[in-house]
Amino acid sequence: MTTGESTRRPAESLRLTPYLLSGPALAVLAALLVVPLIATFLLSLHSFDLYKGIENVYNFRNYADIFSDPYFYRIYGRTFRIALIVTALAVLLGTPEAYILNRMRDPWRRICLLLVLGPLFISIVSRTLGWALLFGSTGLVNQGLMAAGLIESPLQFMYSETGVVIALTHVLVPFVVISVWASLRRLDPQVEHAAVSLGAGQSTVLFRIVLPQVMPGILSGAIIVFALAASAFATPAIIGGRRLQVAATLAYDEFLNTLNWPLGAAIAVLLVIANVVIVAGCNRLIERRYAQVFQ
Amino acid sequence: MNRNGRLALAFHTVFIGFILAPILVVCAVAFTSKGYLSLPTDGLSLRWFRAIAANPDFTSALWASLWLGTLSATISVALAVPAALAIARYRFPGREAVATLMQAPLMVPPAVLGIAFLRFFTVTGLSGSFAGLVMSHVVIIMPYALRLALSASTGLDPQIEHAAASLGASSFAIFRRVTLPLILPGVVSGWVLAFITSFDEVTMTVFIASPRTTTLPVRLFLYIQDNIDPLVAAVSAGLIALTAVAMILLDRIYGLDRLLVGRGGR
Repeated sequence: MTTGESTRRPAESLRLTPYLLSGPALAVLAALLVVPLIATFLLSLHSFDLYKGIENVYNFRNYADIFSDPYFYRIYGRTFRIALIVTALAVLLGTPEAYILNRMRDPWRRICLLLVLGPLFISIVSRTLGWALLFGSTGLVNQGLMAAGLIESPLQFMYSETGVVIALTHVLVPFVVISVWASLRRLDPQVEHAAVSLGAGQSTVLFRIVLPQVMPGILSGAIIVFALAASAFATPAIIGGRRLQVAATLAYDEFLNTLNWPLGAAIAVLLVIANVVIVAGCNRLIERRYAQVFQ
Repeated sequence: MNRNGRLALAFHTVFIGFILAPILVVCAVAFTSKGYLSLPTDGLSLRWFRAIAANPDFTSALWASLWLGTLSATISVALAVPAALAIARYRFPGREAVATLMQAPLMVPPAVLGIAFLRFFTVTGLSGSFAGLVMSHVVIIMPYALRLALSASTGLDPQIEHAAASLGASSFAIFRRVTLPLILPGVVSGWVLAFITSFDEVTMTVFIASPRTTTLPVRLFLYIQDNIDPLVAAVSAGLIALTAVAMILLDRIYGLDRLLVGRGGR
């Protein structure tokens, strides 16, 4: 208390320190993320003319155009339909796999985890190319299905929604495994033991004890997959091609082929808004429904 | 109790097969000796790997990608580490907002970021420049660099720094000799993760790359859009090999499960 002068200075510099430390990163993000995103929104309000280019006016005509054209409904409808099916498949495949991985012992568990999660680090282009090869030229998938007697004539996977769904599920399913695995590890094994000692069977333990507890993990994995699937670009572009447009490939076409930037920006803004609304809505639902699990 | 049943193991086998099939087929086709897409049924050949070396489009894109990854990972780690220390070690007004903004690049779809950067760089005159690529990559990989630096600094015992300070060390000396060595595994792993993310990125980059400055995944993507031949399989096999090396490296220094799932557990 007596050395007021000397204790105040470090306290004051301490108060500034966190801002000085995080300042550079925040400045970079403000300049290179916030500003460009706001500019994109403003761009979506401009109008475009084939001869005059981008005109500096502000109105919602691009949005009105999108909402009044069935062509755009079809593309957004396809985008979200694909995203929903991919999410469902990823949950149905990823959840049991995470459970199985969690029950494995260690040299194997570590190896299998590496195999399942490793592909996340491989470029999406390479992974999608693999599916293009399996579906198309080598036709291994069709040969396999025909050899197994499941189909009689080859199926069309390339340039079809089925193909896009399969490839996207492959790209995104590790996210469900990660998020379910994380909640499985928080599980207290004693609860399972208690259920068994009280006479519960395997399936009762699984569906009445384990599943309710990992539900938040499943749902948060599903949200991640949905958001990524709805905005996916490279996989639908390679497997779906020009004929099977989704929102992200449509925006790409408007920007780099048609050169109608304001319309492309409006498509992108709508994609972000739809994504945010759906993801935030699901998040709130989960938080309300599973509030006790998070505490 | 902790054994998987036969049905579970069958499911597991199919699942692993599903995950590995496209990756294995790319690697297999890369070694074909034929001039068209086929599995190497009559002997392996390296002709398509030699073809990459003879293709200046791919070799220059590879160098651009390596430079881009190195530069942007270094810059984003340099920015993220102090910010991570601030978030982990201090309670200050706006701390939540800082943490949220640092994660924000993950919330925006990459295609939308690509559009935003394309417009931004066109207006600022950076369109098609390598500097523009670096700036955009710094932004999108920042959350990855931050995440690992943050989890490393959160586990830090502040008493150690206090001890150093009480022994008369200056704040820079404390950072350099005490804090940094302690969080180094997290910082290095964050760098590798940021590098891979930059090296693999295609969706955002395809919007802003110009024919002169383009990255390997973008070059590959544009090539595949026109035609698919064993050359792209060979390039992809190379990418997969490179990623596998980085992944094993990450697993050794940090642990892949901890990196992706978080700490704790058994």
